Amino acid sequence: MIDYWPLLGIALVVVGFALRFNPLLVVAVAGIVTGLLGHMSFLKVLATLGHGFNENRYVTIIWIILPVVGLLERYGLQERAKALIASIRGATAGRLLIVYLAVRQILSALGLTTVAGHAQTVRPLVAPMAIAAAERQHGDLDEETSERVKAMSAATDNVGLFFGEDIFLAIASILLIQSSLASFGIQLTPFQLSVWAIPSAICAFLIHGARLLALDRRLERRK
Amino acid sequence: MIDLHWLYVFAGAVFAGFAMGSARDETNPKRWGNAAFWSLLVASLWFGDLIGDIGNGALVMGLVGIAGFHVIGRGSKEFSTPQERQESSSQHGNKLFLPALIIPFTAFVGTLLFTYTPLKGLNLIDPKAVTLVLLGCGVIIALLVGYAWLRPPAMAAVDEGSRLANAIGWAIVLPQMLASLGVIFAAAGVGTAVGAIVGTIIPQGSVFLAVLLYALGMVAFTMIMGNAFAAFPVMAAAIGVPILIHADGGNPAVVGAVGMLSGFCGTLMTPMAANFNIVPAALLELKSQYGVIKVQVATAIPLLIANILILYFAGFR
Repeated sequence: MIDYWPLLGIALVVVGFALRFNPLLVVAVAGIVTGLLGHMSFLKVLATLGHGFNENRYVTIIWIILPVVGLLERYGLQERAKALIASIRGATAGRLLIVYLAVRQILSALGLTTVAGHAQTVRPLVAPMAIAAAERQHGDLDEETSERVKAMSAATDNVGLFFGEDIFLAIASILLIQSSLASFGIQLTPFQLSVWAIPSAICAFLIHGARLLALDRRLERRK
Repeated sequence: MIDLHWLYVFAGAVFAGFAMGSARDETNPKRWGNAAFWSLLVASLWFGDLIGDIGNGALVMGLVGIAGFHVIGRGSKEFSTPQERQESSSQHGNKLFLPALIIPFTAFVGTLLFTYTPLKGLNLIDPKAVTLVLLGCGVIIALLVGYAWLRPPAMAAVDEGSRLANAIGWAIVLPQMLASLGVIFAAAGVGTAVGAIVGTIIPQGSVFLAVLLYALGMVAFTMIMGNAFAAFPVMAAAIGVPILIHADGGNPAVVGAVGMLSGFCGTLMTPMAANFNIVPAALLELKSQYGVIKVQVATAIPLLIANILILYFAGFR
């Protein structure tokens, strides 16, 4: 008999996020409730949470980059990124992000997923460049437009990463697919799997690229 | 051999810098809360393996308490004026990009060296930690170059690092918290329950409906768990293997690969994938914490449709 009560924890997460409670609080409460409903004692839940947190410390390592980014920003890195974009004729926010999308997909497909990212490239370089290009297309940006351009910069990084990385053979998700299917007696090589990531990668480039061109049209129109 | 623990020591020192920088910022009325928050992370990075699971659990409760009851705030201190930055930008020119590019360059060259040359055999770096260790090396080199070239005040890296860290705030630990939630979900049997529900609604006789349910199940479960990795084994066991591959004769490589990628479309649409969707909103100082997700939905849905068509037409020929 399968116990469905732990699913209540999922509902708590959804409700908590929707009501905009502090996400850390939502996650902690949902974790404790789920554990208790799954017949764990409170101490067992606390220990499981602590163990999971300790095992996943590597997720937080990326932030060691902040002092470098902050230091360079103090010396005008974002201003430099804007000046560089201003000096390139024909540069638009959409075209810039299309180039970034392609570069990000190709690097990820080569397994170089941590070369770029939100902290490494988007905040210090890509977003200020996209804003600078958008200002040239559109004049001064109202808040809604500048939020949209920045959000699109982050979105482009995500799409490029997600729909590039699976072309690389030794990426975690490919290995997970391989081992999951192997547990059912289906033997596949990473190469057979990663080839089938290519059609989706092309679709991702076309679909997101079209949206970036639409962003350009929107910026030009509102001038 | 250099493994993750070396990196935890270094990262602990960086977070200690965030704590120190936060405490120095007298424009932040809640600065001691910020300093305490980063200090708890220092404790986790340095002593996490020594304090036991319950000790770590208590530490997590401390972090949640500080963030959840708004004991942390944000200062308004700027260490440079827009004019100073503009002048420095003109003075230093495009060379300013070089220190920023050291980090990706170190990661790029290092990965190639430690994967494809005899250096790999030296066992200098734990293979599981290569990229993160190289990231750490890149940060150290970039800081050294930055200090040698720009000659900033001694505490500049501490102040600027904590300025950014406090701009992101509690969102910095959210991805790690969600990973721990995943551990609890697994231990409490959430995956089994979801798989059982999905298993009861499998349509009979229609390959297309089964494909649709598989892909949408990947999306829904990925949105709940925050990543497609947790969803894939469950959906493969519930539909992918028994129905699509065995009963309907689908191509296992397509079912596996494109199934996972359908899940990635879900990752684009969920706040549970905090490091991709919530953290960048904080990092770019967007007004809405869901700003990134909002613009991603219009890419994710057409892309999901494309993936479903690829699954159906390439998987079942």
